[in-house]
Amino acid sequence: MGFGLYIHWPYCRRICPYCDFNIYRARALDETAWRQAFLAGLDHALRLVGPRPLRSISFGGGTPSLMPPSLVAAIIERAALRFGLEDDAEIALEANPGSADAARFADLRAAGVNRLSLGIQSFDDGALSALGRDHDAAAARAALTQAQAIFPRVSFDLIYGLPGQSRADWRRALDVALACQSGHLSLYQLTIEPGTAFARAAARGRLALPDEQRRADLYDVAQERCAGAGLDAYEVSNHAAPGHESRHNLIYWRSGDWIGLGPGAHSRLTLDRRRLALTEHRRPEIWLDAVARARSGEVECETLSPAQHASEILLSGLRLGEGIALKRAEDALGAPLGAFLDQARLATLVAAGLVQGDAERLRVTATGRRVLDAVLAELLA
Amino acid sequence: MTPRARIRNFAIIAHIDHGKSTLADRLIEACGGLEAREMREQILDSMDIERERGITIKAQTVRLTYRARDGEVYQLNLMDTPGHVDFSYEVSRSLAACEGAILVVDASQGVEAQTLANVYQAIEANLEIIIVLNKIDLPAAEPDRVRRQIEDVIGLDASEALLTSAKSGQGVPDVLEALVHKLPPPLGDPEAPLTALLVDSWYDAYLGVVILVRVRDGVLRKGMRVRMMAAGTAHQVETVGVFTPKPIPIEALGPGEVGFLTAAIKEVAETRVGDTITDDRRPTAEPMPGFKPSVPVVFCGLFPAEASEFGHLRESLAKLRLNDASFVYQPETSVALGLGFRCGFLGLLHLEIIQERLEREFGLELIATAPSVIYRCHLTSGEVVELHNPVDMPDPTRTAFIEEPWIKATIMVPDEHLGAVLKLCEERRGIQRDLTYVGNRALLVYRLPLNEVVFDFYDRLKSVSRGYASFDYQLDGYVEEDLVKLSILVNGEPVDALATIVHRARAEARGRALCERLKDLIPRQLFQVAIQAAIGGRIVARETVRALRKDVLAKCYGGDVTRKRKLLEKQKAGKKRMRQVGEVHIPQEAFIAALKVESK
Repeated sequence: MGFGLYIHWPYCRRICPYCDFNIYRARALDETAWRQAFLAGLDHALRLVGPRPLRSISFGGGTPSLMPPSLVAAIIERAALRFGLEDDAEIALEANPGSADAARFADLRAAGVNRLSLGIQSFDDGALSALGRDHDAAAARAALTQAQAIFPRVSFDLIYGLPGQSRADWRRALDVALACQSGHLSLYQLTIEPGTAFARAAARGRLALPDEQRRADLYDVAQERCAGAGLDAYEVSNHAAPGHESRHNLIYWRSGDWIGLGPGAHSRLTLDRRRLALTEHRRPEIWLDAVARARSGEVECETLSPAQHASEILLSGLRLGEGIALKRAEDALGAPLGAFLDQARLATLVAAGLVQGDAERLRVTATGRRVLDAVLAELLA
Repeated sequence: MTPRARIRNFAIIAHIDHGKSTLADRLIEACGGLEAREMREQILDSMDIERERGITIKAQTVRLTYRARDGEVYQLNLMDTPGHVDFSYEVSRSLAACEGAILVVDASQGVEAQTLANVYQAIEANLEIIIVLNKIDLPAAEPDRVRRQIEDVIGLDASEALLTSAKSGQGVPDVLEALVHKLPPPLGDPEAPLTALLVDSWYDAYLGVVILVRVRDGVLRKGMRVRMMAAGTAHQVETVGVFTPKPIPIEALGPGEVGFLTAAIKEVAETRVGDTITDDRRPTAEPMPGFKPSVPVVFCGLFPAEASEFGHLRESLAKLRLNDASFVYQPETSVALGLGFRCGFLGLLHLEIIQERLEREFGLELIATAPSVIYRCHLTSGEVVELHNPVDMPDPTRTAFIEEPWIKATIMVPDEHLGAVLKLCEERRGIQRDLTYVGNRALLVYRLPLNEVVFDFYDRLKSVSRGYASFDYQLDGYVEEDLVKLSILVNGEPVDALATIVHRARAEARGRALCERLKDLIPRQLFQVAIQAAIGGRIVARETVRALRKDVLAKCYGGDVTRKRKLLEKQKAGKKRMRQVGEVHIPQEAFIAALKVESK
């Protein structure tokens, strides 16, 4: 299933009004301190896990394309040295068109990054300004062209379900995206998260989002268009040509093991048959300080009960088109996954055509996936 | 024992907020009943609910020692009575223990419907009435207008009405003098066999049941064996005492005196308000008149919000009943709400009080089904069954006819809100009996089905009159009506807790309103939900909650897994509070809101 490393870079040039990630406005920072902290974190993780080759490294954030490429290079180098890399390991980094230039892309590529994920969000200037982005459509296209010239694999994100967006609008946007994609797209329906600028605007009635019917329709449009272009909906919001799936994200969805380093990052590790959930300090300065003093930014380490682990396997695995491999789940849990489910409800959901199962896999149907959260609540409650 | 000529027994009658409790406090203070440091607001209302809602639930007495201007020392017994229609029987017993009453009327607000009912009871009990116009210091006070109103509406001579401000103490000495000089002393024969009225009783954790008594004849002494004539039980008197308002033990209570006794009694159910207490060895031949066993009038189901709290609810009800024998309960099983109790109350306020005490004093969360009255169902076999639970309604083919209880309601309302109040009464099948004017206030008398009143009538009356209407009622016989059972079905399954008995003419409208309401209250689910209202087998309304179409987290990566798992755990906990009907989860909030119904 593979073993992954996630590096969280918590800074952005500006804070997008819909984003509730653990992020902070970028400012002058001490590159040496960050380098030492990440490298120390890697050394600490090695002591915990032992050498185990990495299938993927993923830089996320925030805006990791703002990281000094030399820092990215140092982390990749240390990770490879300590853990080793699988052949053909994926080294992915998220970038914003607003902080993209050819030289920086080239430096990141030289550092070892082989997959770039661009936060384009929209090809429409009006939508981009509504989303509070610091780039326009032209910059987005330029960044995409450059990235595709430099990186072997490139994906980009779009946000849909904007106020007033019609099915026709979204179809046109998808046509543009499909014409310039290179094997992978992430299509996110706009969600209003508590504590964001959008949440405040919505509370004041200044943000009229599409109703549920429209949102369902827009989701269906995305499924149809991507399927038509040969991009498989391998996850709720992710579409890829065969072989172009994000290997790093598959580790999350298949409930594999990964280490998360950086402020607020989460890890999942299976050690001595125990499933551990580790969390790092959220605030960057506290995290840096903790790593400097204790060699680790860890703030919490929870041992998940089999039932909690089963919940995670379900809530992650059912997002995938492939569903959950039952044998693997049973190995991880020490008991069949079915033991953690409400069998009567499962039968009802199967009869209703929302869930499918056979001896090997449990998955949701296309209809079931669209209402996955409600399906999960049924199965687990 | 005080000679009868120096005893005065009196009650205070007032509408809520007209200053009854404050005046009582001032009287106690003026007679030195409590040190200043012991004084706190509204001494007599001892339960939190009483103090907060400004109502008195249990009768209480205070013996005051008053040195009058004539130099004599008098024993004044203040009887604080419950002031609500639900407790009108208890009020009548308290009044029966007095020779006089102070009628307190707010000098700016004037007479209210509730005052009327109680003052009429006092007049019927032949009490001497001292009129007190209170809050005379307020700028809005209009003593002359209110005096005229009292004369017009009640027919009492108000020319000698006393003017007071219980808040500042102004006029309080005159009230004390009036009590001494206007009220007659009690009658009674100290040599006759003991005859005492059981005024009220309550449970005290240390003393057991405390019984409030008024002695008519004979002497009640510590150590004697007394017999409760209606209950047919006998007890050894452990203590005899009076409240000052602190309980003070004394040797004996003589004719005309008011006080308490304890006799190691465990439950108030053994002590019936209005019973006659006599000497077990030398009983009186004649019990005091007017005893009535208390009968519940309004019923509802009470269910714990969490099924696991059923045992706690049962214990809490038992504890409450220790102190309040007037409500009854028996186990009930509802398909939708699980295990609970069918409970009977003296009236709507009584229901609210019990529910509130269960929630507040015992920390329970409850779901109450719609209140119901007692219907008389005449079967074709000639048998008559009383029913108060829609679930028990016999098959229509076996039913000859059904009768429902009606009330006579007295409503006082300022002229400008009269139209709205008339409309409300008509909507509730009311029949107007009288409409008279007192100044700019209308005095309305309506006959109404009790069934229509227990359904939020009082709230609606307050809202259509902006709080100005006052309301009182008495039961007024049974009437044959075309009554039907209105059922609510969710995906074809009847939800027993939502069934009601209603008049046929109103059934469709109520069914439609309930379906519309439920449509908004039942959250969208994976499957479509049909909500139907039915009379017998006939569907009269239908609403559909469409199935969910889109409900999935857009982003779920490494850091989101924990959050989503915790959300699911929370939903799982929340689901325990959902009620399941077939495949449909109904949040208990939906039941609570649906059962409140009809807020238009």
